[in-house]
Amino acid sequence: MTDRYDAIVVGGGHNGLVCSALLARAGKQVLLLEANDRVGGAAVTREFADGYSVSACAHLLYQLQPSVRKDLKLDPKLVTSDMATIALGDDGEHVRVEGRSVTGVSDADAANYRAFHKRMTRFAGLLSTYLNKTPPRLGTRDRRDLLTLGRLAFDVRRLGKKEMREFLRLIGMNIHDELVERFDSPLLKGALSLDAVLGTHLGPRSPNTIMTYLYRLAGNHGRVSAPAGGMGSISELLAQIAKDAGVTIHTGKPVERIVVDNGRVTGVEAEDGERFDSYTVVSNADPKRTIMQLVGARHVEAGFTQRIHHLRSQGNAAKLHLALDGLPDIPGLSKSDYAQRILIAPDEDYVERAFNPAKYGASSPQPVLEITFPSFRDASLAPAGKQVMSAVVQYAPYAYKGGWTDAAREEFEAASIRAIERYAPDIAQQITASELMTPVDIENEFHITGGHWHHGELTLDQFMFVRPVCGAAQYQMPVDGLYLCGAGAHPGGGVSGAAGRNAARAILQKEKAA
Amino acid sequence: MNIVEVPQGRLKTPFHARLAALDTLNQWHEWKGYTIPDALYCEDTEYFAIRNSTAVFDLTPMTKYRISGPDAAAYINRLVTRDMDKIRPGRVAYAVWCDDRGQVIDDGTIFHLTQGEYRLCSQERHFAWLQASAIGFDVSIVEETADIAALAVQGPTSYSVLNKMGLNGLDQLKPFGLMHFDFDGVELMVSRTGFTGDLGYELWIEPAKAELLWDALFEAGKLYGIRAIGSRALEQARIEAGYLAAYEDFLPADTTVRTGRTRSPLELGLAWLVDFKKPNFNGRRALAEEKRRGSTWRLVKLDIDGNKRAHHSYIFPREKGNKSEIGFVTSAAWSPVCKQNIAIGTVRMPHGAVGSSVWVEIYYQREMHWSRAMARATVVDKPFWFPPRRSATPPGQF
Repeated sequence: MTDRYDAIVVGGGHNGLVCSALLARAGKQVLLLEANDRVGGAAVTREFADGYSVSACAHLLYQLQPSVRKDLKLDPKLVTSDMATIALGDDGEHVRVEGRSVTGVSDADAANYRAFHKRMTRFAGLLSTYLNKTPPRLGTRDRRDLLTLGRLAFDVRRLGKKEMREFLRLIGMNIHDELVERFDSPLLKGALSLDAVLGTHLGPRSPNTIMTYLYRLAGNHGRVSAPAGGMGSISELLAQIAKDAGVTIHTGKPVERIVVDNGRVTGVEAEDGERFDSYTVVSNADPKRTIMQLVGARHVEAGFTQRIHHLRSQGNAAKLHLALDGLPDIPGLSKSDYAQRILIAPDEDYVERAFNPAKYGASSPQPVLEITFPSFRDASLAPAGKQVMSAVVQYAPYAYKGGWTDAAREEFEAASIRAIERYAPDIAQQITASELMTPVDIENEFHITGGHWHHGELTLDQFMFVRPVCGAAQYQMPVDGLYLCGAGAHPGGGVSGAAGRNAARAILQKEKAA
Repeated sequence: MNIVEVPQGRLKTPFHARLAALDTLNQWHEWKGYTIPDALYCEDTEYFAIRNSTAVFDLTPMTKYRISGPDAAAYINRLVTRDMDKIRPGRVAYAVWCDDRGQVIDDGTIFHLTQGEYRLCSQERHFAWLQASAIGFDVSIVEETADIAALAVQGPTSYSVLNKMGLNGLDQLKPFGLMHFDFDGVELMVSRTGFTGDLGYELWIEPAKAELLWDALFEAGKLYGIRAIGSRALEQARIEAGYLAAYEDFLPADTTVRTGRTRSPLELGLAWLVDFKKPNFNGRRALAEEKRRGSTWRLVKLDIDGNKRAHHSYIFPREKGNKSEIGFVTSAAWSPVCKQNIAIGTVRMPHGAVGSSVWVEIYYQREMHWSRAMARATVVDKPFWFPPRRSATPPGQF
C-alpha cells in the first residue's frame, strides 16, 4: 500500500466525520480510521438490552451548529426540536422552563428569569459567533489573528458599557452566587445549576460555571432537540455525507501510532501493523491520547508535553440506561411531559452537595440527573409498549477511589434509582434491564482519555486561545502536519461539529497560505 | 513514624577538613548549600597554580544527576540541543538545554557512563525541569550530588601528578574522555574535563574515600607545585577560557520574570551545539524560527584597551556621540597569562561582529572619587586562553 492520502483522520467521531467530509469536499483524498466497528464515537445509538436501544453517550442535541448543517447540507430528522425542561419537585409541584418563560415559580422569579434569560442569551450569542472561528493567537502580529481579536474586543464593547461590565463580571464567576441573588425558587436554582455543571467536573459553586452555562446556551439559542433514532442517526447521516464526498472509511481499525519522521507526520500505523501514508494527520482523539499515546512525548517538546499531561480531562458524568416495562408514574406530569427533559436537582445546594464527594474520589450518594425517555416519541428504540430511559447522572468521578468495582457501580446505580424513586415511586418495578456507564466505561468504549465528554474540562484556562493548551489552539499541533479536530480543540464538546468544521477550515487555509 | 535526620545549615563537602587545614584567609561562600572557599591563601597564587602547575578545586557541590532507564538516550536527546547519539559511552559532552521557547535553562556536561546511563552535571539545580521533561519517557532521574565527591585537578603538570599517583594509561585519554581506575578498592572515575581551558582532569569518587584520594593526590603532587584553590581563581581562569557562567553571562530561563532577559544558545555563541539535523529537541521550533528571523543578541568576547577592568560596563558602538548603548559586559577580568584586559559581553545584533570594534564605558574609583573612561574593545573569536597543551594527547610530561 503506497498510496498517499491527502489527509488521514484518526477517529470517526462526529467531528472527525465533519472534518473528513469537508476536506473531501475540497477535493482531498481522505481516509478515516475508526477503532470501533462503527463510526460516531460517543454519538452512537446502540442496544443495551434485548430490543432496547439508546444513545450510548450524548443523548440530547444542544449545539449542532447551523454552519455545519449548512455546509454539509445535514438535515437530521428530529423527534423534537425544542424540549422543555421540567425540574421535578415534591408532591408533583414541578418547575417548567420553556425558552424565556418559567412556570411553577413566583411571579417575581418568573420576571427575574425573563431578564436573566435575556441577558444570558445575549452573552451566549456573543460566544456563539466565536464557536465557529479559529481562536486567534495572542501576542502575534498576524493580521488575521489581530482582526479576530479586535473583533472580539469590539463585540464585547458593543454590548454597551453596563452590559460589558456585567459580562466581564460574570464570565469567570460561579453560577451559584448569581442564582441565589436572583431567584427564590429552589427548584429553578437547582435546574439552572445542573445546566451549568452538566458533563463537567464542577459544582455550582465552582468558578467558571457561568461560562459553562453560556456554552450550553450558545450552541443553538439554548434549544434542546433529540434526533430520531437516537444520536447514532446523526453520525450515520454524517458518515453517508462523508462517503458521498469521497472519504474512505475503515471501521474496526484502531490506530496504534501516528508516525512522525524528522519532525513531521508521515502517516499512521494501525494496531494490526498496516501503514497508511499522508503528510496530514487529523486526530479526532482527545489531546492526551493524541500526543502522549499516538505521537509520543519524544516527538514534541517538554513544555508542551507538560501542558498536555496536566490537561484536566477527568470526566465526572455517568450515563444510566434503563429498560422499562412502561413509563414510571411521576405525579404532576402530564403524558406529553415525558417527552421533555426531566431534571432531578431539587436545589442549588443539593447539586453542590452531590459534587462534594467527587472531589475526594467518591460518587454522590444523592446524585443529580438529567432524564429523558427517548422511546416516548421514538418507538424504534424499544420493543412495542416498552420504554427506555436515558439519563446523565452526576457525580461519578473518573478517578474513583479504589476503582469502579462492581460494588461501587451497584452502589451508584442504586443511589441513582433512589433519587428517581423520590419522584417516581414505581420506577424500580418497571426496570427489566439496566446499564451504567461510568467515565471509565466511556473511556474504554469511546477511547476518550478520562471519559470526559469535552475531552478536557471546559474552563477559562482551557478555553478558546488556550484550548486544549497554549501553543496548540489553532487546531495545529506542534508537529508539522498534525491537527486536532475533536472536542479537545476549540470550542469543546457536545454534538456540535464546530471543532471538526473549524479544523477542516484551518487545514485548508494553511494549505492555501503555503 | 520514621524520622529521617537531614543535614541542617550549610553543608561541608567530604574534602572540607583538608581545605580547612590549608585555609589561612577564612573566606568562604555558599555554593548550592555547601561551603566553598573564595580563596585559601592568595587568589593570585592560586590562579597561577592553574596556569603554571596544578590546582585542585573541590567541585563536589556541582549538581549531579544520574539518568538511566530504557529511554535514557531518547530522553537526553530531546532534553539538549546537540546530538547525543554521537557521544559514545566513555565520552563526555558539553551541552545546553532550553525551554520550548528556545531559551537556555542551563549548560553543563553530560557523561555517557555506560550504554544508556548518563550523569548530567550543572551549576544550578534542575530536578523539577528534568522530572517534568521525563513525562512520557521510561527513565529514572536521581540526584546524586551528595553521593559523589569530585575534584578538579587542572594545570600543565596535572597529568604528571595523576600519573605519579599511579593512574596508568591516562596518557591515552583524549579531551572529553572518561577512564575508570581502582582506588583503594573503589571505583575512581577520571574525566579529561574542566572549567579552566587548560590541561586538566576531574576526579569522581565515593565520599568515604575522598580524604584518602586528596592525600594521595597531594602526596603525588608535592614536586609538581600542587595547590588547593578557591573559586575566585577558578572564575578568573574560566573567563580566560571563554566559558559561560549561569547568573553571570546568562540567566536560567526558568528563573526570569521580565521578557527579553533570557538568551538562546544562538545568542550565546553556542550555535555549534544546536543540531537542527536532530528531528526534535526542546526549543527546536523556536530556534529554527530564530535562525530564520535572526537573533536579537550576540555574545561577544572582548579584548579591551588599557588595564581597567570593564566590570558590568555598558557597551557603545562609538567613543562619542552615542545615542544609546548596544549592550553590556557580563564577565570581565585582567588576564595575567594573556596580558590582556578581557571581557565577555552581550550586544544587540547586528553589532559585535568578530573583528569589529566597540567601546566600553568603564567606571573606576581612585581614592574615593569616581572616574569614567571609554576604552576601545575588539571583538575576538577564539577563547583568550587556548594553549595547545589543553588538547595534546599524550599530554606533556614534567
